Amino acid sequence: MKTIQNIGLTLFLAGLTVFISLIFIGKYEVTPQILDELVSNKGIKSELFINDMKAHVVGKEFSNPFSFSSEITSALETANETYKQNSEWGKVIWDKPHSLSYEIAKKSGTGIVKENKSLFWWLTFGLGILGALMYIIPNVVILGRPGIKNNGIWFDASMNRGWIGWFAFVFLVSFYLLLYFRPDFIVNWTYVVDPISENLSGNLASQWFLYGFLYCTVMTVMAVRMYIKYRHNKYQILRTTSVLFFQIVFAFLIPEILVRFEKPWYDFKNAFPLDYDFFFSWNLNELMASGGLGLFILVWGVVLTLVIVPVMVYFFGKRWYCSWVCGCGGLAETLGDPYRQLSDKSLIAWKFERWIVHGVLVFAIVMTGFTLYTYFSGTEAVLGIKTQTIQDIYGFLIGAIFAGVIGTGFYPIFGNRVWCRFGCPLAAYLGIVQRFKSRFRITTNGGQCISCGNCSTYCEQGIDVRAYAQKGENIVRSSCVGCGICSAVCPRGVLKLENGPEDGRINPTEILLGNDVDLMDLLKQK
Amino acid sequence: MEHIVIIGNGISGVTVARHIRKASDKQITIVSAESDYFFSRTALMYVYMGHMKFEHTKPYEDWFWKKNRIDLKTGYVEHIDTDTSSLLFADGTNLSYDKLIIATGSKTNKFGWPGQDLKGVQGLYSKQDLENLEVYAPNNQACKRAVIVGGGLIGIELAEMLHSRHIPVTFLVRESSFWNGVLPKEESEMINKEILNNGIDLRLSSSLKEVISDESGQVKSIIIEGTGEEIPCNLVGLTAGVSPNIDVAKNSNIETGRGIKVNRFLETNIPNIYAIGDCAEQHEAIGNRRPIEAVWYTGRMMGEVLAQTICGNRMAYKPGHWFNSAKFIDIEYQTYGWVWAQPKENEARFYWEHESGKRCIHINYDKNTREFLGINNFGIRMRHEFFDKVLTEKKSVEYVLEHLADANFDPEFYKLHEKEIVAKFNIENNTNIQLKKKSWKRIFQTN
Ligand SMILES: Cc1cc2nc3c(=O)[nH]c(=O)nc-3n(C[C@H](O)[C@H](O)[C@H](O)COP(=O)(O)OP(=O)(O)OC[C@H]3O[C@@H](n4cnc5c(N)ncnc54)[C@H](O)[C@@H]3O)c2cc1C
Ligand code: SF4
Ligand code: SF4
Repeated sequence: MKTIQNIGLTLFLAGLTVFISLIFIGKYEVTPQILDELVSNKGIKSELFINDMKAHVVGKEFSNPFSFSSEITSALETANETYKQNSEWGKVIWDKPHSLSYEIAKKSGTGIVKENKSLFWWLTFGLGILGALMYIIPNVVILGRPGIKNNGIWFDASMNRGWIGWFAFVFLVSFYLLLYFRPDFIVNWTYVVDPISENLSGNLASQWFLYGFLYCTVMTVMAVRMYIKYRHNKYQILRTTSVLFFQIVFAFLIPEILVRFEKPWYDFKNAFPLDYDFFFSWNLNELMASGGLGLFILVWGVVLTLVIVPVMVYFFGKRWYCSWVCGCGGLAETLGDPYRQLSDKSLIAWKFERWIVHGVLVFAIVMTGFTLYTYFSGTEAVLGIKTQTIQDIYGFLIGAIFAGVIGTGFYPIFGNRVWCRFGCPLAAYLGIVQRFKSRFRITTNGGQCISCGNCSTYCEQGIDVRAYAQKGENIVRSSCVGCGICSAVCPRGVLKLENGPEDGRINPTEILLGNDVDLMDLLKQK
Repeated sequence: MEHIVIIGNGISGVTVARHIRKASDKQITIVSAESDYFFSRTALMYVYMGHMKFEHTKPYEDWFWKKNRIDLKTGYVEHIDTDTSSLLFADGTNLSYDKLIIATGSKTNKFGWPGQDLKGVQGLYSKQDLENLEVYAPNNQACKRAVIVGGGLIGIELAEMLHSRHIPVTFLVRESSFWNGVLPKEESEMINKEILNNGIDLRLSSSLKEVISDESGQVKSIIIEGTGEEIPCNLVGLTAGVSPNIDVAKNSNIETGRGIKVNRFLETNIPNIYAIGDCAEQHEAIGNRRPIEAVWYTGRMMGEVLAQTICGNRMAYKPGHWFNSAKFIDIEYQTYGWVWAQPKENEARFYWEHESGKRCIHINYDKNTREFLGINNFGIRMRHEFFDKVLTEKKSVEYVLEHLADANFDPEFYKLHEKEIVAKFNIENNTNIQLKKKSWKRIFQTN
């Protein structure tokens, strides 16, 4: 079994190595046609840029994406600068430099990757998936009989912030930085998934398609790990199946198929304000222009946030979304599960959490307020602040840095729910409902707690579950995503997630069940 | 200001301190020789198994004590001078008190086996025991085999711990079946199977004769009583129970028996000195309980009660219905009320076991009055509140079976066995009990 695992690990690392090395190979050559097409498609009027491209890029062969990208972006930036100085606004190119460079690179790439897309799919994704599964599946035997098997987690350098954890951290952060800010470096990765994209939407793969596909793949493979690890626990099995389903069908397949039918890309389960650009004018305009379906999406999006989400939270707690439906939650509960014990349980972390997450919620709401005001009034700025600027800041700080780079990149350091705990505005909104108006709670089983601390250690949201359990108090916390792991790891059967009457849901106690009834009454009266 | 000194920072000492603080402004000092901060003894196993780090076993963050004005003092108390009301520490310092609470816990039983003090022979009780385990049994290279002596709750925990590091374990159990002084035959046998299925070499009806040393004074092997079989090993775990740690009261005027003798108010024979937790021994047992109750919950309950007495509201220790829980490798166990190993004369039993052989319930009730007396549940979680109420209201066994769905505490979506259980009872007892649907109203009686 160990041998199979080792072979698996080797294959996985081989796949990963090929994947990473793809960044450095390939050739890029911009032909005059490519440039002409670009200029006419985009309506580019920047002569400086066109000339610069003709002089330094067209007809030349670049052997890596870095020099290619740097030529194009600097051409664009110098041209823009001049026009801006001269106030020739019509000639400025407003595209993000690296996005434009990505578009050009995607068309002008040549070389073995582009010519052997399927082969390289197998050498990267194929090897990775196969290797990972060979590593994961033998756990059926290795872990031993079904049950909680957290043996050795704190001795393992991949899960205790050891060197492997830090390596994973660097890899994940770099991945997100490339994805968000240097798409032109990862054109080769998108080639690899072109055939799949073409089958689904009919288009070539963008970096976002690549991300979506990778996301689903990683989740699926790591879901297999969940199924094995928690095979005795039906709650975990069903929950994992549910997030996997919503990710693959709702976040990946349906939007791509919508695109195939020339409808707007839309993830029906992605609720505002997590879906922060839902009310942006380009989105509203696109939806309005898309006929019946667009209108339906518009209404659905509003109803989802204002009605469905809170009503469901009332009945089931925010877990229905965060641990059963959401894609971010889905990744956290599959890829992130090995890191759940790394979340910080201290009181001070809780304080930070509340300030930050509610801050993001306020930010999202204010931004949306500005956006809608601008949309309906037509003025570009509110109170002297440009709506566009606020949107850009939010997109950069929250949408990219927080949700992506920190949110997922920091899994191996701060645990798997960094984004959900500290950053997600939707989670903050759901949390307020859960705390004040919901039937959900984690019931504490009378006096059975032995303060062992397994529950707190494995709470990904950094909730000090034990602090409640050892007082005999139910856990009613806005941040609880109802993953059910605290209940699963408790060796004394103390915790049960359930939806019951609101009365008595919050039950601060002085002493626990099992002691003198007179003493309990006495302290209750006080 | 009155100075309350507590010897021992375990669950009992810490609970009494917390509750005194809630009810008063008295000066509080907790003394311990074991660790600077309170940690959960019950979680020691998870540290060795790598589920947690030691810091995770601390139920309160380190700032908690200062914020609540509970002084912590590290040091070993050698002697209690009851005349001058002061403590003498091993380092020669003194500390005076107005009221003293002894909460010194237990220590591992050693029955005078030859070689019991060799290196590599140890119990599993303290933080130091855990550290020693890392020295003598860090992995299966350094420790080729471990022998565990004594089949109780700590014994099986130690077996599971060593097993998690792939160290072969031989488990000597004096009884003919695991823990059968407490568990009825069926449950005991289920656990025997669980132990064997995990590849642990379980030796029933076997006791230790002696521990053999190598040249360096470290354990080399053990010899089994009777058969004389010698088993080579690098670690011997002594887990044949614990007894009260009363060293501190020796050579003082405090009355001791096996433990520190206390009355119902947890008062010793000396005014202003009290004892709680594992180290306390009741003059007369309370109800069906033992005079010494060495479990987490009772230590906590004694602490809760004693705080009242200390703060001027003198209260007797009157624990409610018995409950307990444990985990036998992968099988969780809970109990509410009393289910003896052997039924008493007036008692009848109902036993149901799942086909997997890893889940069962065992109900004890009165043959004549049909009053429900207790339940053991293995592999199924049950609601404490439900059974506490049933026991208080002296409900019948039929009532319990009828409402079994209310009692279940398993996670959502788990397969429920109530129907099967009730059907079995009906057949065996010629009854016609109808299982009621789960009712939130009954469960969370808010009236
Ligand atoms: C491995 C293990 C698992 C267990 N699991 C369970 C379980 O699952 N459920 C359950 O109910 N119970 C369990 N128990 C029993 C439970 O832990 C004890 O009943 C409980 O911890 C006793 O608490 P206490 O406060 O009375 O004493 P302790 O926790 O023993 O605290 C006493 C403290 O006093 C200190 N002390 C003693 N003498 C002196 C002195 N002279 N000077 C200074 N300090 C001194 C000791 O060093 C110690 O720190 C378990 C015990 C062990 C060892
Ligand atoms: S409290 Fe429990 S259910 Fe809630 S997030 Fe933490 S581990 Fe999950
Ligand atoms: S895991 Fe269970 S027994 Fe341990 S502290 Fe948490 S609730 Fe208590």
